[in-house]
Amino acid sequence: MKIPLVYNVRSVLQRPVSTALTALGIALVVAVFIGMLALASGFRTALVRTGSDRNVLVLRRGADSELSSGLSRETASILAASPHVATGADGHPLVSPEVYVLIPLPKIFDTTQVANVVARGVSDQAWTVRSNVRVVAGRKPESGRSEICVGQRIVARFPRTGIGETLRFAGRDWSVVCHFAAGGSAFESEIWGENEQFMPVFRGQVFQSITMRLSDPGAFAEVKRALETDKRMTVDVHRESDFYVQQSQLLGRLLRVLAFLITGIMAIGAVFGAVNTMYAAVASRAPEIGVLLTLGFHPRSVLASFLLESAIIAAAGGAAGCLFALPINGIVTSTTNWASFSEIAFSFRVTPGLLLAGLVFAVVMGVLGGFFPARRAARVPVVQAIR
Amino acid sequence: MALVQIRDVYKSFQRDSQRIDVFTGLSLDVAEGSFTALMGPSGSGKSTLLNLIAGLDRPTSGTVRVAGADVHAMSAAQLAAWRARHIGFVFQQLNLLPVLTAYQNVELPLLLTRLSKKEREERVRVALGVVGLDDRIHHYPRQLSGGQEQRVAIARAIVADPTLILLDEPTGQLDARSSQEVLTLLQRLNSEFGKTVVIVTHDAHAADKAKAVLHLEKGVLIERAAVGA
Repeated sequence: MKIPLVYNVRSVLQRPVSTALTALGIALVVAVFIGMLALASGFRTALVRTGSDRNVLVLRRGADSELSSGLSRETASILAASPHVATGADGHPLVSPEVYVLIPLPKIFDTTQVANVVARGVSDQAWTVRSNVRVVAGRKPESGRSEICVGQRIVARFPRTGIGETLRFAGRDWSVVCHFAAGGSAFESEIWGENEQFMPVFRGQVFQSITMRLSDPGAFAEVKRALETDKRMTVDVHRESDFYVQQSQLLGRLLRVLAFLITGIMAIGAVFGAVNTMYAAVASRAPEIGVLLTLGFHPRSVLASFLLESAIIAAAGGAAGCLFALPINGIVTSTTNWASFSEIAFSFRVTPGLLLAGLVFAVVMGVLGGFFPARRAARVPVVQAIR
Repeated sequence: MALVQIRDVYKSFQRDSQRIDVFTGLSLDVAEGSFTALMGPSGSGKSTLLNLIAGLDRPTSGTVRVAGADVHAMSAAQLAAWRARHIGFVFQQLNLLPVLTAYQNVELPLLLTRLSKKEREERVRVALGVVGLDDRIHHYPRQLSGGQEQRVAIARAIVADPTLILLDEPTGQLDARSSQEVLTLLQRLNSEFGKTVVIVTHDAHAADKAKAVLHLEKGVLIERAAVGA
């Protein structure tokens, strides 16, 4: 049987200051670790939620983003006539040829700073094709009018985006008639208007992308092959969900790498803190270790006991770090999505998985920091220790 | 019959460039059921001898056999298990783990056995009863007097019913009354429970309680005295 856990727990409580400082160091590392991964997770989730498995996104062949794509009205007509496209309740094909442009808007908190916001010109079908989009305040823009609907995430971040206000871009005034939600997706960082209104004031008679609902989502491979080999157009066909996941990868990966890099450097400091604390513990408790070895406890039990003690301190620090990180959950922040060069607002997502990862990270730091002191404890010369 | 057989033991230490020979061919028997006091001046090798018998230290050469087992032929793991089964050890001070209660300290050797929790509890209560501390089981060492601490240490030394009880100056830090209590307890363990006891002491009064007294001087056994305790 092993050395009882109560011995470690009470020994830890015997030196509250050094234990608390070590745990605090680990707590800060864990809080930063969770915070940065929550940022990456929130960003990725916003983009993942943007796409639907049931939709396909069509771009000009070779275009890696909507910004660099261009599709003619003829292409839009061909796609709308495709037998694979689902039809709405009104019998019209669920296809939305869309204009996609970036407009510079001053930020509400610092009007000297300008962010690129996506202005998306959509067809009336877009509100059905994107099933997660719904108007939360006001009414949908009417066809033929200079009206726009603003994603709810950017309402508080840019001036003159309230319902009834007028936003000026592309040389025209646009009346804000509604705010919309889109299940926390990147659409909530966009401004939507009618495609026929946006087209003449932005990039002429060209759409940037066409999104359509498949009648059979399982037939994606067949649809992709059929459309990409259609001689009348030169397009790439993406499953919408895959496209937005891919859009999140560059920045998402960078955020994760940064999280591991920064917290890795901080962790080195925290591990050294644990090393110091545990070396001090081993030195001051050499006679106790001598007693345990004399009683017949194996040196491996002593090693495990001190490793466990270090892990207990680290786990306490990890739990504190989780508590420190929890309040950032849901806080909205924004950044530029490097794949589209547009402002995207999203929430920090502190998930149970991240909290668990934080705790595991803390325990790993504790075990690393405790290993050499624990090994020293296991090798204490009994005769000297009990003298 | 000899429970402990020490044959031609050499033990030397290296201190800086100087070699210190503690024993040069020591041979000694300790009979089963005996109560033996080891006396001698500081540095005579008393504690070293006790450590060799307990397998805490290794001789440079020679053999130490306890209950037929060649102590120093065992691996570290075998030695740890053997010590848990056969040896009860009491130090001069710092015997108890300060964060554990008297009960938990006494229970420690039993955690190395296969006894159930209930069996362990029975044994701990009996051991603390033998040393007269059954009313102090939930006290921490800081809440006990020096004499009571040593009695708890003795309870821990006997709780697993070891073959041999070794005590290294157990009364060295105690006042006269506490010292007397501990010595009376050791006598009782020997005479009433038949335990083999080896005690290292400077104290002639303590040695008087033993049935046999061995004098060591500079690592050499210079006198064997039988005492009518």
